[in-house]
Amino acid sequence: MEQRITVEITKRDKPELKKEEKQDRAPSGVSSNAISCTKCGTPIDLKDLEKNWFCCPQCDFHMPLSARKRIELLVDPGSFSEFGEKWTSTDPLNFFDLKSYQDRINDIRAETGVKEAMICGRATISDHPVVLCFMDFAFMGGSMGCVVGEKFVRAVDIAIEERRPLIVFTTSGGARMQEGILSLMQMAKTTCAVQRLETEKIPYISVLANPTTGGVLASFALQADVILAEPEALICFTGPRVIKQTIGKELPEGFGKAEFCLSHGQLDMIVSRKELRKVLTLYIDLLEGAVQCEYEEPEPAFRGLPKRGGKIIRGIREIKKVAFDAWRSLGRHGS
Amino acid sequence: MPGVHLDGMVAKIYKQIRELLSRTSPQKEAWRTVKLARHPKRPQTLDYIEKLFPRFNELKGDRRYGEDPAIVGGFAEFEHRTIMAIGHQKGKDTKDKIFRNFGMPNPEGYRKAVRLMRVAERYGLPIVTFIDTPGAYPGLEAEERGQGEAIAYCLGTMASLNVPTVAVLIGEGGSGGALALGLADRVLMLRNAFYSVISPEGCAAILWKDAKQATLAAEALKLTSEDLLRFRVIDEIIDEPRGGAHKHLDQVVRNLSGALSRHLQELEVLSTAELKKQRFAKYENMGREYINGLEES
Ligand SMILES: [Zn+2]
Repeated sequence: MEQRITVEITKRDKPELKKEEKQDRAPSGVSSNAISCTKCGTPIDLKDLEKNWFCCPQCDFHMPLSARKRIELLVDPGSFSEFGEKWTSTDPLNFFDLKSYQDRINDIRAETGVKEAMICGRATISDHPVVLCFMDFAFMGGSMGCVVGEKFVRAVDIAIEERRPLIVFTTSGGARMQEGILSLMQMAKTTCAVQRLETEKIPYISVLANPTTGGVLASFALQADVILAEPEALICFTGPRVIKQTIGKELPEGFGKAEFCLSHGQLDMIVSRKELRKVLTLYIDLLEGAVQCEYEEPEPAFRGLPKRGGKIIRGIREIKKVAFDAWRSLGRHGS
Repeated sequence: MPGVHLDGMVAKIYKQIRELLSRTSPQKEAWRTVKLARHPKRPQTLDYIEKLFPRFNELKGDRRYGEDPAIVGGFAEFEHRTIMAIGHQKGKDTKDKIFRNFGMPNPEGYRKAVRLMRVAERYGLPIVTFIDTPGAYPGLEAEERGQGEAIAYCLGTMASLNVPTVAVLIGEGGSGGALALGLADRVLMLRNAFYSVISPEGCAAILWKDAKQATLAAEALKLTSEDLLRFRVIDEIIDEPRGGAHKHLDQVVRNLSGALSRHLQELEVLSTAELKKQRFAKYENMGREYINGLEES
């Protein structure tokens, strides 16, 4: 008999996260209306926590946020229209142990209401039309399989066709083991799509939430024009447990956290959830402004196709002026 | 007593059946491949470079931080043309293995590969990569210097190149650290190499909570060349005579040389635009046939 296997790749690495997720969804027992902050221990009323986008009101510790909640947090109300919500994996490896991969997917769906590890759609943020991809850690540790890769590629197609900036929120343990080599290939697939974005000069911003590791980090998450992260998010290619095992040494305090990555030149900015919408608006403005000011080759091969809402600009001096005016008109946001 | 004799016979037959079953079961087959791919005498990148190419001039360093001997690369001659050859090198004896970090690159290894690829592109040289690594090095300094970015950058570079690329899986294809050199126009694989999203031991440690169950994990992961051809992740299997590449290096080199020649010729007639179009289509289609409901939206 063939032994059938299945598990979430990140389960062992982040037991404390699993606990929080459960609390996020279905608090039970004595603490049915309050949970205590993972970091500072302060008891927080669930309603207050939800109002505060799952950040501790005391210490601002960022707890896991579902993709649905994140949509609510970021996009203009009612503007989100999803695509690909019915796509499901056909289980190409026929992977199972105690229950099949297919059963596991069904069970997670029933338990959490989350259908895949990534939710994608069109929306507006501060009236800017954008395409968005939101990963959800509750679905098999946010792991990337064929459906996640396909959704990302479709989001890129839409971004190019409709000239909308692409914004991606990641939280992932990496590639999905249950889809084997095909999930590894999603790194190549998403990379090719990002290359098309770059050629077409479509602004691309990624926001890394806790945790972003492995194959998702080492592909589309780190290929964006601007890379933002949430405070204290774990961001590393290899998880701390494996590294500790390999080198046989204790890791320094804060290893692999967003702050560590920022100081090592791997990120642009750490943004608190409450500031995220404002900061995203700023960078969309900046990048779109830059696209509009793109220098087109002058005569005789002048092909000055105006970008969406853009202007045809002739000459370097004019580019500089328009770009500067666009930038200055944004006012001061963020930090 | 005849009864005792019969019991002995039954036990012996049972043993034979068990042996036969274990020999033919796919999980043993997958594990046998893993063992062959990691065989201490298995030929490595520099062996293939020496046998395939009459000349090879190594280039070193990433010009940013250091020189990583876990990845080697340089100009090589193949059938009267200059190419760029790049590959993981695990090392032979203990000293060499330690020097080469067992073929597990640090970020500077991938950044050296990127540099060499850009040189090749500038001068219109086709690129041939050899993949043989347990994975990218899981170290503290590797993370500090951006292991994830180095792999993402190498992948992005391979996707964007204006020259033909062929990747050859010669031994161990360990996850993202292997794929970083594998986003090529054509992917060839030696029969006894394996390519996997995670090592069988790593998978077993997570799934069975026991790294010793790697045999079962190896089977479940579908990591053999036959599996990968079926999933259309690779384009062609390069045959190894029975016993494996380490016993028949010259034959394997002949097989590989023929396939390399054929694939390079097919790619070299394509325009840059066509080359990239086919490359993007190849990778962006991967896995699409294993999704239900695509036609609906
Ligand atoms: Zn707190």
